Amino acid sequence: MKICYYPGCTLKNQAKRLDDCARLSAEALGVTMEEIPEWQCCGGVYPMAKDEIATKLSSVRALDYAKHHGGTLLTLCSACHNVIKRVNNDMATEKSIRDKVNNYMRLDERYEGETKVIHYLEMLKDIVGFDNIKKAVKNPVNKKIGAYYGCLLLRPSNVMAFDNPENPTILEDFISAIGGTPVKYPFRNECCGAYVSLTNKSLTEQKSKKILESAAAVGAELVLTACPLCYYNLKKNGGDNVVYFTELLAKALGVTE
Amino acid sequence: MENFDIEYIKEISRTDVRKCMKCGKCSGRCPAFNDMDIKPHQFVTLLGQGKFDVLLKSKAIFSCLSCMACVERCPRGVAPANVIEAVRDTVERMQNGNAIKAEDIPPIVDDLIPQQLLVSAYRKYRK
Ligand code: SF4
Ligand code: SF4
Repeated sequence: MKICYYPGCTLKNQAKRLDDCARLSAEALGVTMEEIPEWQCCGGVYPMAKDEIATKLSSVRALDYAKHHGGTLLTLCSACHNVIKRVNNDMATEKSIRDKVNNYMRLDERYEGETKVIHYLEMLKDIVGFDNIKKAVKNPVNKKIGAYYGCLLLRPSNVMAFDNPENPTILEDFISAIGGTPVKYPFRNECCGAYVSLTNKSLTEQKSKKILESAAAVGAELVLTACPLCYYNLKKNGGDNVVYFTELLAKALGVTE
Repeated sequence: MENFDIEYIKEISRTDVRKCMKCGKCSGRCPAFNDMDIKPHQFVTLLGQGKFDVLLKSKAIFSCLSCMACVERCPRGVAPANVIEAVRDTVERMQNGNAIKAEDIPPIVDDLIPQQLLVSAYRKYRK
C-alpha cells in the first residue's frame, strides 16, 4: 500500500536517520511512503493567533495534495505532525481561517479539512498492526526502554486525538512489539524545553535533565523519541542513550545494522 | 496600521478569558513556572482586567514552551498558552519588539542543531 508522506525539513538534514529507518521499515512491513512533491517547511510551531494565515499555507498545500492522492497524509516528525494536524483542524472547524486560506489559494476545489493526518506510529498501530510487527521482528530488542512522548504528539488532546494525554500507551505497546521491555516514568510526557533552548539554555537544561533522571530512576537503558528537537535537547543534556523510535524498529526488523 | 490595544490581544488569542474560575491548575502544571514573572493564570486574569501595559512588559512570554500542558489541564476550556502567544505576537508586531535578530543565530549554531529548532524559534521570536 502507498501513502502520501510529508518528511519536513529536519528529516532531510539533521534527523535523516529518523527518516531513513522509517522508510526501510515501512517497506518491510508492506507500506510505501510516497514523498509528496514540492512540500514546504511547516514552520515548526503551530501559530495560535486568530489572524495567522500565511504561516498555515504550507500545511494546507500538503494537505490538499494528499486529499487528491489517496486522502491520507503521513507524518513522522512530531512537530510537523502537530502543526499539520492543528492546521487541518482549523480548516475543518474555523470558518474565518478556512475562508481566508481558500480565498488566497484559489484551488480548483476548496480545501475544507478533508484529509486524514496520521503519524507514523498510528500507521504502525492501525494500518500494519502491532501483532504483525511482532511477527516480522527478526532481532528482538531485549532492553528496558523508556518511551519519551513529550508534548507535540499528545497536546492539545482534543485536536491531536493521539492517545490519552496524561497516561499514553502507544509507544509502550510499540516497544513490546519489537521485543523490548517498556518502563514507565513520571516525566515521559513533560516538555524538554523545546525551542527555548536557543535563548534560555538553563531552562531547557533543567527540563531535559529532569526527564533523563526520571527515566534512569526506573532503569531505562534507552529512551525513545519521535522528535528531532527533543532528541537534540536530551542529547545535549547528557542523554547519550536517546534514540529515534524508527532506529530501533529498523534494527528489530533486520533492515539496518 | 493596526491598533494595538487590549481588544486586539483578546481578538487574536481565540480564547474566552471570562470563563476562567481562577483555580490555578494551569500554573500548577506549567513547566516554565519558575521562570515566569507573570504566571499563566495571571495572564488570563490580566487580560480580563484590561491591563495592557502590564502584559506587554512581561518577560514570561519568552519562557513559555508552548507545551500546551496548561490548555490540557484547564477545567474551563480556557487556553492560557493562547493568551501568552497573543501577548508575544503583539509585542513583536509592534515596532522593535523582535526578540531575536538574524545576526544572533550563527554564533549559537552547533553541529547537531536541528533545523526544526531554528525555524521554530524564528517563528516564535520574530515577526
Ligand atoms: S504552554 Fe506555556 S504557559 Fe502553558 S504550561 Fe506550557 S510553558 Fe506553561
Ligand atoms: S486552569 Fe483554567 S480556569 Fe483554572 S486558573 Fe487556569 S485558565 Fe483559569
